[in-house]
Amino acid sequence: MSHHIVEVVDLRYSYPDGTKALKGLSFRITHGESVAVVGANGAGKSTLLLHLNGYHSPQHGTVRIGDYPLTKETLQEVRRTVGMVFQDPDDQLFMPTVHEDVAFGPLNLGLPHQEVEARVTAALERVGASALKNRAPYHLSGGEKRAVAIATVLAMSPDILVMDEPSSNLDPAARRRLINMLKSFQHTKIIATHDLDMVLDLCPRTIVFHHGKIAADGPTEEIFRDEALLEACGLEKIQRLQRCPVCGN
Amino acid sequence: MAKIDTSFFDIGRLDRLAQQHTPVHRLDPRAKLLTTMAFLLAVVSFPKYEISALLPFLLYPIVLVTVGQLPVGFIVQKIVVVAPFAVMVGIFNPFFDREILLHLGPFGISGGWISFASILLRFFLTIGTAFLLIATTSFHGLCLAMLRLGLPKVLTVQLLFLYRYIFVLGMEAMRVFRARALRSFGKRGLGMKVFASVVGHLLLRTLDRAQRVHRAMLSRGFDGEMRVLRPLRLTATDVLFVLGWWAAFAVMRTYNLPQLVGTIFTRALS
Repeated sequence: MSHHIVEVVDLRYSYPDGTKALKGLSFRITHGESVAVVGANGAGKSTLLLHLNGYHSPQHGTVRIGDYPLTKETLQEVRRTVGMVFQDPDDQLFMPTVHEDVAFGPLNLGLPHQEVEARVTAALERVGASALKNRAPYHLSGGEKRAVAIATVLAMSPDILVMDEPSSNLDPAARRRLINMLKSFQHTKIIATHDLDMVLDLCPRTIVFHHGKIAADGPTEEIFRDEALLEACGLEKIQRLQRCPVCGN
Repeated sequence: MAKIDTSFFDIGRLDRLAQQHTPVHRLDPRAKLLTTMAFLLAVVSFPKYEISALLPFLLYPIVLVTVGQLPVGFIVQKIVVVAPFAVMVGIFNPFFDREILLHLGPFGISGGWISFASILLRFFLTIGTAFLLIATTSFHGLCLAMLRLGLPKVLTVQLLFLYRYIFVLGMEAMRVFRARALRSFGKRGLGMKVFASVVGHLLLRTLDRAQRVHRAMLSRGFDGEMRVLRPLRLTATDVLFVLGWWAAFAVMRTYNLPQLVGTIFTRALS
C-alpha cells in the first residue's frame, strides 16, 4: 500500500430528484498530499466526499482509491483505506462510551481484542483524549467530540483522511489545537471546508468547486490571491492576504 | 424551558453515578439485572390490599443505596417526577371501592384507599429499584447484560441507540421549542397546529440524522453485526448476590414478616 492516491475521472452524479450535484470532475491526489476542497454551499463538496468512501457509487466516471477502483467488491477495502471524519461529531460518536466508539471500527475489521485495545489507546493518545476514555460522548465539549471523532478514524489506521468541515463550531483555541494536530499527520488529507484561513495553514493545494464543477485546482496561495475567481465561486479573500485597510501595506 | 433542560441532564447524572467503584457497582450487570427482575416480580405479585408485607422489600433498595453510595435525595426526586402516572392509575380506587376494611379508632378506611396506598408503595419500590439499577449498572451495562442473557441483538442495539440519541433529540427539541417560544407572543403560535408541525419537523430531522449515523457506521466497516469489547465474567460473589437475594425475596413473599414480628411481640407481652 505505498500508493495512497485518490483519482477521480469524469465523475458525474445526480440526486434522485434530478439535481445534478456533480457535472464531470477529474483530479488526482497523490501520496501524502494535503488538499483542500472549497466552494459555496451546495457546490458539491459533500457529494464528492460521499463518493470517496463508497457511500455513493459513481453513476458515470470512475473513482480510484489507492490500488482499487471503487466497486461493490472493493468497498470494504476502500472504507478501510479512507478514514472519513463527518461534519457533526454527534453522528460519528454513536457508542455509549468513547472507548467503545473508538473500538467500533477495529472490531469490525475483525482484529483480535488485544490489538483493538492497543489501537484504541494509541489513537486516543494521538489526539490527546486519553483521559476521556470512559466518558459518554454526549458529556463531551465540542472540541473533545471532534478530537474523539478523529480518533475513531485513526484507530482503523487509514491511509487517506477525508474530513468534512473539521474546524466548524470550534472555539479559537480548540481550532488551533486541531490545526496543529492535523499538521502532524502524515496521511494523505482531503479537507472540505469554508475555513480558508485553516486551508492556508494546512493545505498546499486547493480545489475550488463551483456548481458541481472544478473551477480551479492549484497551489493554495495562488488561488487565494485570485480575487475574481474567489468572488465568482462564492468565497472571499481571507484577511491575512488582504492589504491593511489603514496603512495599505 | 429550563425544566426540560435540567431533567435531561439529570438522566445523564444517573449514568455518571454508575461510574463509581463500590462493591455494588463492581457486580456483574447480569447479577443485578436478574436480582432486580426477581424483586419486581415479587413486589407486583402481591394481592391488591397488601401493604405491610411489602415493607420488608424496602431492604433491597436501601442496601443498594448505602453500599452503592448513591444520593438518596436525587433518586427520590426522580421518583417523584414520574409519580403522577402512579397517582393516575390509583386515584379512582377510593371512589369505587368504598367498603370499609380497616378501623383506626373512629375512622373507617375503605378498601379503595388501602389499594391506592398499596399501588403507591409498589410504584415507589419498583421505579426506585429500576433507577437504582441504572445508577449502579449504567444503561449500557444493562443492555450488555440483556444481550448476554439471550435478548435478541436487534432489540438491545435499538435500546442502545435510543439511549444514545435521546439526549441529542431532546436538545434539538428543546432548541426548537425555545425558538418557538421566543417568537410567539402570548398565546399565538403556541397552539396545537404549530406543535404538530414542529413535531413533524423533528421527525424529519431525526430521519436525516439516522441516515448520517448509518453512513458513519458504514464508513467504519459496520456489517450489521454489533461487536462488543467488554467481556463479562460472573464471579462467586455475583452468584452469591443473586442467590442470596432470591432466597430473601422468596421468604419475604411467602411470610408477612411485619405481621409475624408483631404476633411474636404481642405473644411475648401477653
